[in-house]
This record gives sequence, C-alpha cells and structure tokens, in this order.
Amino acid sequence: MNVPALEVRDLKITYPARRGRGPARAVDGVNLRVEQGEIVALIGESGCGKSTLARALVGLVKPTSGQVLYQGTPLNYSAKALKKYRRHTQLVLQDPGGALNPRQNVFDAVAEGPRLHGLTDRLNETVRTSLTRAGLRPPEEFTARFPHEMSGGQQQRVVIAGALALDPSVIVADEPVASLDASVRGEILKLILSLRDDLGLSALVVSHDLGLAWNIADRVAVMYLGRIVEMGTVEEVLLRPRHPYTRALLSVLPDSAKDWRPTLLAGEPPDPTAIPSGCRFHPRCGNWAALSGPDREAAGCDRRDLPILSGDPSALTLTACHLVPGEHV
Amino acid sequence: MTVEEGRLSPPRLNAARRFVRSYLERPAGLAGLGVLAAFGLLALCAPLFIGDAQLNVIKVTGPQLAGPSGSYLLGTDQAGRSIIDLVIWGSRESLSIGIIATVLTVLLGTTVGLLAGHYEGWVGKGLMHVTDWFIALPSLPLAISLAAVLGRGAASITIAIAVTSWTATARLVRAQTLAVEARPFVDRARALGAGNTQIMLRHVLPNVTPLVLVSSTLTVASAILSEATLTFLGLGDPTSVTWGSMLQSAFSDGAVTAGAWWYLLPPGIAILIVVLGFTLTGRAVEHVLNPRMVGRS
Repeated sequence: MNVPALEVRDLKITYPARRGRGPARAVDGVNLRVEQGEIVALIGESGCGKSTLARALVGLVKPTSGQVLYQGTPLNYSAKALKKYRRHTQLVLQDPGGALNPRQNVFDAVAEGPRLHGLTDRLNETVRTSLTRAGLRPPEEFTARFPHEMSGGQQQRVVIAGALALDPSVIVADEPVASLDASVRGEILKLILSLRDDLGLSALVVSHDLGLAWNIADRVAVMYLGRIVEMGTVEEVLLRPRHPYTRALLSVLPDSAKDWRPTLLAGEPPDPTAIPSGCRFHPRCGNWAALSGPDREAAGCDRRDLPILSGDPSALTLTACHLVPGEHV
Repeated sequence: MTVEEGRLSPPRLNAARRFVRSYLERPAGLAGLGVLAAFGLLALCAPLFIGDAQLNVIKVTGPQLAGPSGSYLLGTDQAGRSIIDLVIWGSRESLSIGIIATVLTVLLGTTVGLLAGHYEGWVGKGLMHVTDWFIALPSLPLAISLAAVLGRGAASITIAIAVTSWTATARLVRAQTLAVEARPFVDRARALGAGNTQIMLRHVLPNVTPLVLVSSTLTVASAILSEATLTFLGLGDPTSVTWGSMLQSAFSDGAVTAGAWWYLLPPGIAILIVVLGFTLTGRAVEHVLNPRMVGRS
C-alpha cells in the first residue's frame, strides 16, 4: 500500500478557555489522508475548525493530541525538525494581499523560502522557474513589482510561486480563491490542477465552496464542528450525499437536483466551546427532528456518541450518522 | 535584463521619488528641514571661524556684558566673549547630544519593543513590566541622579536622556509589532520555515521602521530640551559650551539683574528654533508616510 503524502490521526486541537466559556474544541478527533498526487477538499462552514486543521497540517498549530504524519513519519515539533518539514509542505493563504509583505518585492517574496533554507546557489533560476510555473510569464516582468502593484490573482500566483520555490510535495491551501474575482478563481484552480498533473503535488484545499470541491478535488471531506461528518469521492459525496448536513448544504445550491427540497438549517450556529452530546449535529438535524416516539428513542442521536471516521481512502464514502448506514466500499 | 538587475529598478526609486514629491508639497516641513540644514551646516563649519581665541575666557578681548553692537552682533558675556559665537559653538554639543541620545533611545526602545511584541510569553511580559517600571519613574529626578552617579559631562547626560526616554519608543514599537504579527504574511513566513529572528528582522522591523523614524525626529527635539534642562541644572561639563550651559551661566552671572537680555535670549531662541525644526520635519514625514493622514492638515 502506498504511504499517504499527508495524514492526520485522531487529531484534536483545543484552545484554552476564555471569558467564562469552556475550552474551544476547534478540531475534535479527525482522521484524514491525502494520498500522493491527490487533491482533497475540506468543506465546512466558518468556525467548523477547517482552518485550524489546515494550520495544524503545516505545523503552525501544535495539536493537543493525535498526530500529523508526513509520508508516514509523525511530525516532530522541535524547531529544527519543523524547519526541515516546511520544505515539503507549503501553505497558501486566503488573502493574497495580506500574505505578502508590502515591503518585499516579488523576487524577495518568492526567494524567501529558498533563502531561509540556504538554497541560494541558483536562486535566480529557482525564482524564475517558480514564477513561470505559477503562471507569471515572463517572470522578469514581475520580479521588481511590489504587492500593491499587482492584481489579486497575480498576488495569489506570487504566493503559490513562493510555495513552489521550495519544491514541496504537498500544498495546503486555506480558501485559496475566496477573496478573488470569479474570473480569476477559475484560473487559480486550473493552476492547482496543473501543478498536480505536472509536478505530482498533493493538495488539501480548504473551502466553504462546494463548487470548488466539485471542480478540483478527487475526494471531499465535509467537516462540522470539529469532526468530519462525511467523506468520500467527489461523485459520491456531492451527487449522492448521505449525511443530513451535506444534504442540507447541497440542497440550497441553485442548480441542485430538482427532487431535493431546500433544507434550511435551523438552530444555533455551531459553537466549539459547547459541543452537543451524542451526534454533534442533532440539534439542527431535520431527520432527527422528523422522528417521533420509539423511533426517536431507538435512534438516540442525542445520547449515543458517534465513532470517529476512519479516514480510509479506499472507501467510496464514509458517513458519521446514526440514521445512515456507515461505510460503502 | 536579468532578475538581479530587475530587483533594483523602478519601484523602490519611484517610492523615494513619491516621498520627495509629497514632502516638497509641505511648506512647514520644508521650513523645518531648512532650519535644521542651516543649523547643521553652522555647527559643522563652526571650527573654521571659531577657535580658542573666541572661547577661552583668558584670551578674549571684548568688553564685559556689552549690548549688541557692530563688532559684537549679539553682545558679549561676563567674560567678554561674543554671544553669537557661543550660540554657534553651543549648537555643536547640543545637537550631538540630542542626536546621540536619540540614536540610543531608538536602538534600546526598538529592541525592547520588538522582543516584547514578538515573544508573547514571559519574555514579553517581563520586558513590558520593566518598561512600565521605567515609565513610572519620574524622568527628571532619575536623569539628575543618573548624571550625579555617572559624573558630570556630556556622556552622562546623553545616557541619562536615553535611559529616561526609551520607554515611549518601546511602547510604540511593541504596539506596532503586535499589529504586524497579526498579519498573514507572518504566518506565510513561518510556514516557509522562518524562525523568530528572521520574522522579526525581515518582516516586522521593515514595517515598524517608518513609524520609528517619525517618532525619532520628535525624540531629538525633546532630547535637546532635556539636555538644556540638565545642563541648566548644573549637571553638564562646566568647561564646555552648550545652549543649556549658556543659559546657566547667564543666570548665575547675573544677566537677569543686569538686564542683559542679549545673553539670555539667544540660546533660548536657538533651542526653540531647532526643536521647532525637528518637530516640523517629523510631522511632515509622518504625514507623507502615513496614508491615512493624507488630506488632513
């Protein structure tokens, strides 16, 4: 069996309590694998912990418990080991304007990674190749520019070029296109796809946008309140969603299948400091609300905890729901 | 064109050119800069026309405490020295103490502020406690006792000024560091593998520098004032001529009772003009560098 490029096992990240509230369980038990050359989309609403998970994957956040594994080796959080790890896994952030130092020109921004790792022998060439790969052609035209002299799409390409300059094998992109124009969005997504095809990069793309997942991902994981509730191949999850949360998300898309009635999620927006008992989605779940009497008692969504999804990539789909049968291989 | 050549090209020059152009549009800033340039030039050229013959109380030949006249434009002091020569000569030490004290202040304040802003744990807390402690100390008595402990003279006055005024810079830099560190490019740098030192030096410092530059021009002004104060209180080197020491000797030689306004006013006015020059320059730079202040007068 292939070693996954990036894997998390039973990952939990808890932020300390603040102002009388309980500790925030931002990520509360996640198993996830990104195979070599695979693009996985992590979907969820804001506050569900997906950005925290992304930051943990690149070692910016130290997990409270659980492991992040890069090519089968658990991450070591000593400064030296982390620095070495960071040559292989790169982060692309949501807001390219903010992700570039306003006082650095493009050359310095792209050369930063190689310089930090002492790879300065052929710096010019590295920078030029990275810019070309990121679609900034000819690179000479851009090297002297400053971030404010470029468009959002160009800025995001510079950020991607900066990541590519270290020749990484995995890219973790946190909402890479959320702040870009629709026209530029497609180009950046195409770029990520072509990087996978040409360089064999693996990628985890974090987003709240289901359309994005459909366009670029091989597999999709849907996250709700710190847990993954459903994951599987793009076709299975987006065309035949099983989990009521995924169904609700998909049902409100303008062009979703006709036979689905739009399900509007009622109830409290999720709060990681007060995670409900049992299935964490049950207070907002339509299926649970529709049950009554003995059925409701038998389902026990509000009492019985759900197991953490195994994250096995060979399963077509995995669902964490008492009312939906679990694994389909 | 190679990439390396490309790096040194237009944008940075353009930014400099933009800076100069918008600075030129500020008459007050230009006036301040002109005043400073004039005083700087005078101070630098002073040794060419002022020497021992004009400054040594034993060698001078002028009348005592004489009012302004053709040969002594601003009159003379108790020993018969020309006041205008003393004012020009005094600018050398006053300006250099002011500037050196400011450099020390900025170095100390920036280092402490940067470290306190970057390291959020006990290092940062500890540094801020030390800063608060220095803020709480009354600066004049502290400077006086420092100067007393270190001995009289320019060096101890410089150190005393630096020790009492670095806290403002430290607070400013810490606040700005916290703001810069919250921005995503610091995360990006960290994800690329940057360590603490690299983040502080490559990312935070360049974004803090403009602010520090602005505040340092204002610090020079207050350092010159402090220098005059401390020297006036008798903590300076009695043999050297500074604006503060002129004021002090004018006071102790009875210039006030003798009605010798020409002895008392020139050093005071010189202090006023230089401080004003630094303030105007600082304000103008602040307005040019801070885009949010554009359009406000």
